[in-house]
Amino acid sequence: MTELEACNSCALNNSAQLLKLGINVDHADFVIALAGNPNTGKSTIFNALTGLKQHTGNWPGKTVTRAEGGYRYKDHKIKLIDLPGTYSLLSTSQDEEIARNFILFGKPDVTIIIVDAARIERNLNLVLQILEITDRAVLCLNLMDEALRHHIDIDERTLSRELGIPVVKCSAIKKQGIPELISTIHQVAKRQIICKPHRIKGLSRPAQKIVDKLDKKIRKNYPGLPNSRWIAMRLLDADADIIEALKNGDFNLLLA
Amino acid sequence: MKENDTQDLLDFASKLRWEVGENFHDNLVEGIYTDAAQIAQKTEIRQGAPNPYNFERKLDQVLTSNKYGFPIMILILSIILWLTIQGANYPSGLLASFFLEFLHPLLKLGASQIGLPWWLDGFLVDGVYLATSWVISVMLPPMAIFFPIFTLLEDFGYLPRVAFNLDSLFKKSGAHGKQALTMSMGWGCNAAGVVATRIIDSPRERLIAIITNNFSLCNGRWPTQILIATIFIGTLVPAGFSSILASITVIGVALLGVGFTFLSSWILSKTLLKGEVSTFALELPPYRTPNVWTTLYTSFIDRTLIVLWRAMVFAAPAGAVIWMISNIYINELSVANLAINWIDKFGLLFGLNGVILLAYLVAIPANEIVIPTILMLTVSQLDLTGAGDGVMFELDSTTETAALLHAGGWTLLTGINLMLFSLLHNPCSTTIYTIYKETKSWKWTLFASIMPVLLGFLVTFLITKVWHLFH
Repeated sequence: MTELEACNSCALNNSAQLLKLGINVDHADFVIALAGNPNTGKSTIFNALTGLKQHTGNWPGKTVTRAEGGYRYKDHKIKLIDLPGTYSLLSTSQDEEIARNFILFGKPDVTIIIVDAARIERNLNLVLQILEITDRAVLCLNLMDEALRHHIDIDERTLSRELGIPVVKCSAIKKQGIPELISTIHQVAKRQIICKPHRIKGLSRPAQKIVDKLDKKIRKNYPGLPNSRWIAMRLLDADADIIEALKNGDFNLLLA
Repeated sequence: MKENDTQDLLDFASKLRWEVGENFHDNLVEGIYTDAAQIAQKTEIRQGAPNPYNFERKLDQVLTSNKYGFPIMILILSIILWLTIQGANYPSGLLASFFLEFLHPLLKLGASQIGLPWWLDGFLVDGVYLATSWVISVMLPPMAIFFPIFTLLEDFGYLPRVAFNLDSLFKKSGAHGKQALTMSMGWGCNAAGVVATRIIDSPRERLIAIITNNFSLCNGRWPTQILIATIFIGTLVPAGFSSILASITVIGVALLGVGFTFLSSWILSKTLLKGEVSTFALELPPYRTPNVWTTLYTSFIDRTLIVLWRAMVFAAPAGAVIWMISNIYINELSVANLAINWIDKFGLLFGLNGVILLAYLVAIPANEIVIPTILMLTVSQLDLTGAGDGVMFELDSTTETAALLHAGGWTLLTGINLMLFSLLHNPCSTTIYTIYKETKSWKWTLFASIMPVLLGFLVTFLITKVWHLFH
């Protein structure tokens, strides 16, 4: 094994996990994921950030595979992964699995969550689930122009306070808000902004107690696991993938 | 962490799972919804008009209504096809005369001046070059019209409405409603349609969608349909109506494909792939004004050029193969003619002929080259003088193509059955490979490849029988 190979396969190096997910992270300083509901303009944001001309279509589920691209900002090379659009991360369809596994095991430096500003209630379901997995995220309120046209505005300060992550208003198709988005992503990636993400509160009290119990046990076994509470919830939901990942030791890699 | 620790944790989790009860999942989902609703209420500021989506609702009521939904769908598809057929004619002729009448003689002259041996000249200029330029001149114009219009409709948000309209039919045939979306992707390219089935959660319904995607006429087959419909069906009526009738015929074949999709989905879901239909929520996205220039640009780069490139990559070697089988002789007969004579009787059983069957064999890599192959083989079979064997004819008008095919013994039956066989035959090799990659099963790949051909033979056989009853 050469020195480089040893380095890449080390549990402390996240690029081993990324490589396993099929991502080449050579020379990238930060890896950033784009997540969101279908048809919220993820591909348009992706194109606005990377300058690529990926085809964007107005129908849910256009991006069933991952698209990759990159850009530079302040001497940092940034790798951008466009995840399939999903409404949730709780089911087992292939697109949801791709998105979930990437955020969980790929551990992106920042996850940008794209939200349709005119339909935030429905979009927040996914946001809340993502925030249980990662604590480094930026919410991008896209399609602001369309929302305003339909007389809907969003109080982004309150939203940011509620979710515990920065919120940026955007209208990607008109190229509005993209510079602000880029600089916010950068600040989160460099830990200049520290997120305190919202945790799901609506569970019944007995369920909440049981989740806490399992959470404690997981944290004892895996000290420093950032998303132990979410994993506890998945185990209580008998998520076969998570059980499998525990068995084959993938979770040790999450500790790094 | 040690292995027994993991087991310990899993045991603990399953113990707690009993405690928490089986409605934990619902409790969790409810919890998320409650949180989301609270946050939305605090942050959303609504002003003025209480019903901001009024116009869109009205549009949706029309486009997805029981009464008008289907007629509008068919009308839109007809207009696109008519524009494609009408608009492609002229530029196709221009390209053909440039490549075939202007550039081809120059290349021949150049080849003879640098002293290329006859076989290398034939192989390269008459084989590879002619097949490639035929594909460009026949395929580029229709694609450059069809894809951008289709993409504009897609960007506008019409496709999910199509899915909505077809949903109940798919449910009735035991398949997933989202199959409507993968089916319309298949109208562009079956391989893309097969990949798109990833949006279907249930493996059973996904497999149905994969197997039946081949019944969506892909862009490699639209030109075949359009040409044959123009030659054999359009000419049945006075010139003024011919392109309208040809368009209607092509739509008929496409809709027949939709019919076969439903039928085979239904049969599969009753036999090999039994199971419950899963429900799903299909979001009707808002209508958005497409960004016309961006759309035109991306559809040209993403679809037209990529598909054209693929066609050329496959056409070049196929042209070479055709030239070779037409120029390698065994006992005074070329290999192509031997093969054609051998399978001609078999082809006639299905109202087709040896040339068509051989062309479909040669064209397994890409449907796009079926027509050029048929023309080249017909020329070599008729032993027409003036052009060497296996040399692509200069067919700058459909009239000449028609004359050639009639000389090859084609009848209205041959035309109809070719259109049907083009709809019902094995997927191209790219699609077959994609099916394997997506299903990871040789069994299903084989099934998806062979089932449509058998169906094609069955249908053309029956049509031929019926035809001969009346003729």
